[in-house]
Amino acid sequence: MPRDDVKNLLRSNFMPHIWCPGCGHGIIMHSILRALADLQIPKEKICISSGIGCSSRMPGYIDACTLHTAHGRSLAFATGVKMANPDLTIVNVMGDGDGTAIGGNHFIHACRRNIGITAVVMNNNIYGMTGGQASPTTPEGAFAATAPYGAIDPTFDVCKLAIGAGATYVARATVANPALCEQILKKAIEHQKHGFALVELVSYCHTQFGRKNKRSRPMDNINFLKERTVMKAQADNMTEEELQGKIVVGEFLNIENAREYTERYDEVIKRAKAKA
Amino acid sequence: MAQNEFWQGNKAIAMGAIAAGCRFFGGYPITPSTEIMETMSEELPKLGGKFMQMEDEIGGIASAIGASIAGKKTMTASSGPGISLKQELLGYAYIAEIPIVLANVQRGGPSTGLPTKISQADVMQAKWGPNGDHGTIAYAPCSIQDCYEITIKAFNSAERYRQPVIILADEVLGHMREKITIPDPSSYTIVDRKKPTASPDEFVPYRADENGVPPMAAFGDGYRWHVTGLTTNEWGFPTNEAPDIDLKANRILTKINRFRDDIVEYTEDYMEDAEVAVFSYGSVYRSALRAIRVLREEGVKVGHFRPITLWPFPDKEIAELSKKVKTIIVPELNAGQMVLEVERAAAGRCEVIGKSLINGELYKPAEIMSFIKEVA
Repeated sequence: MPRDDVKNLLRSNFMPHIWCPGCGHGIIMHSILRALADLQIPKEKICISSGIGCSSRMPGYIDACTLHTAHGRSLAFATGVKMANPDLTIVNVMGDGDGTAIGGNHFIHACRRNIGITAVVMNNNIYGMTGGQASPTTPEGAFAATAPYGAIDPTFDVCKLAIGAGATYVARATVANPALCEQILKKAIEHQKHGFALVELVSYCHTQFGRKNKRSRPMDNINFLKERTVMKAQADNMTEEELQGKIVVGEFLNIENAREYTERYDEVIKRAKAKA
Repeated sequence: MAQNEFWQGNKAIAMGAIAAGCRFFGGYPITPSTEIMETMSEELPKLGGKFMQMEDEIGGIASAIGASIAGKKTMTASSGPGISLKQELLGYAYIAEIPIVLANVQRGGPSTGLPTKISQADVMQAKWGPNGDHGTIAYAPCSIQDCYEITIKAFNSAERYRQPVIILADEVLGHMREKITIPDPSSYTIVDRKKPTASPDEFVPYRADENGVPPMAAFGDGYRWHVTGLTTNEWGFPTNEAPDIDLKANRILTKINRFRDDIVEYTEDYMEDAEVAVFSYGSVYRSALRAIRVLREEGVKVGHFRPITLWPFPDKEIAELSKKVKTIIVPELNAGQMVLEVERAAAGRCEVIGKSLINGELYKPAEIMSFIKEVA
């Protein structure tokens, strides 16, 4: 059962949620709520934003300022929210298709600006809501509604993408380890004062991905994630060949002296006022 | 004290927005509207406002919607294919009922078309651009003075009716410089969105007031509410229930329709005894007015009807006009768009003649004179 301070963050009157029984996304929502509750952020100062897809339905269930935007556009909306009110703590949740395909441009530029938003990519390797089409993180060789002969597109490494684009906190965990999810999320939310944090939380979709790829039960997927997870410290001593097919988890980047975008804009305001 | 300036239309739109209370602009460079964002980048921070050059046109309108949800008066601007890109989130602002102002400085199209040439070919797009039904408010300025004053009106309507409002300028207005007298703030009213009076726990985010418009809280000011592009019930939550859908779908139309008479604006020139009327808007009005003045000196009984709001369309007024004149001439810089509305409103009571110019030029007064002489 959730803790009372976690339940307090739920809009339980708007449940049941749309997620399939056994979906990994519930673990992510619980982790986000535990992190927010632990950090004791007043709920009227929390903004949860999202795009479109299964993952993006999360904000509706959270009792905060919640913004369910259009497919791929959540970070651009959230940028406007943060600029208008830098006091808000923004957790922006996206799916893998939402965040890195249709929203790829907004994603890299939010990283580049280093604006104080915590972005969570809930990576289930598929477009779940629309019926299991291949996404930019569908593994090569996997089957999908639009890859009936196996996917041939190389995948994005979401964390490397964020590091390359300029995010200043980057980490990954899987839903097979909720404690790590929560720990990373807490740091990523606290990082907002220093800038943009990207957390990839590897989830699963047993309904759409699993049934086409021999992992149709939720536990098949939890076990799959557990078997393949490697902690970053351990991965640092492994060869590229040894890391094939593994999911490296942990913190990849944490620049604490980074300068957050809305603070930098305050300097623009100072310069403009001095000149006026 | 009124102050005179010599500005181009794009600057007047930006300065009008700031006078209206705009404190956030999100945009992307595109000709011929870029000077709006350039002016915003310089002027907004002087007032503590914020300007964002976003990664694309969609990001521009997305950030403007986001900042509006967090309580600011916000704006975006574009032209041509940039306006096409913004349609997705323009639709979002209609359904989620978020006030923003979109300035469209029209250029030739389709696609990249004629970036530095005038056009009026986006007027139907302004009405029908986003998917789904929605009530549109769009203003067409005709001078640099108008660019400033109409932008203030656009913000007021956006705030009053809680929805996006479009300014349909054009390349000539955007880039032409002429004298503008900055109106004293005491000469116009500023409308701010209605805030909820209910306590945060009793707040029903999409329950309309007596005018059909729900009061709007800002993220961060104590209220917790849900915003979505899905069709929702009064609580702001997605619905598939026909009565809830019916309520929402109709309310976002009727909140405009029932105040249609307050929103619709137009001007008439030389109409007292006119037998022929010219219907034109935007920069074309300037040529038309010149043509009419010359012909009036020759004794031709011709007048002019200029819609200030293209949407809602002044259909009742055109219906009245059609009873008084034998012909309405509609010169447009498109293949014939607003003429369809004039024909609809005139309903066969008078002759309606559409004239199209789609070569990237503005009508010259002499051309409009010749159209009038054909029928007068």
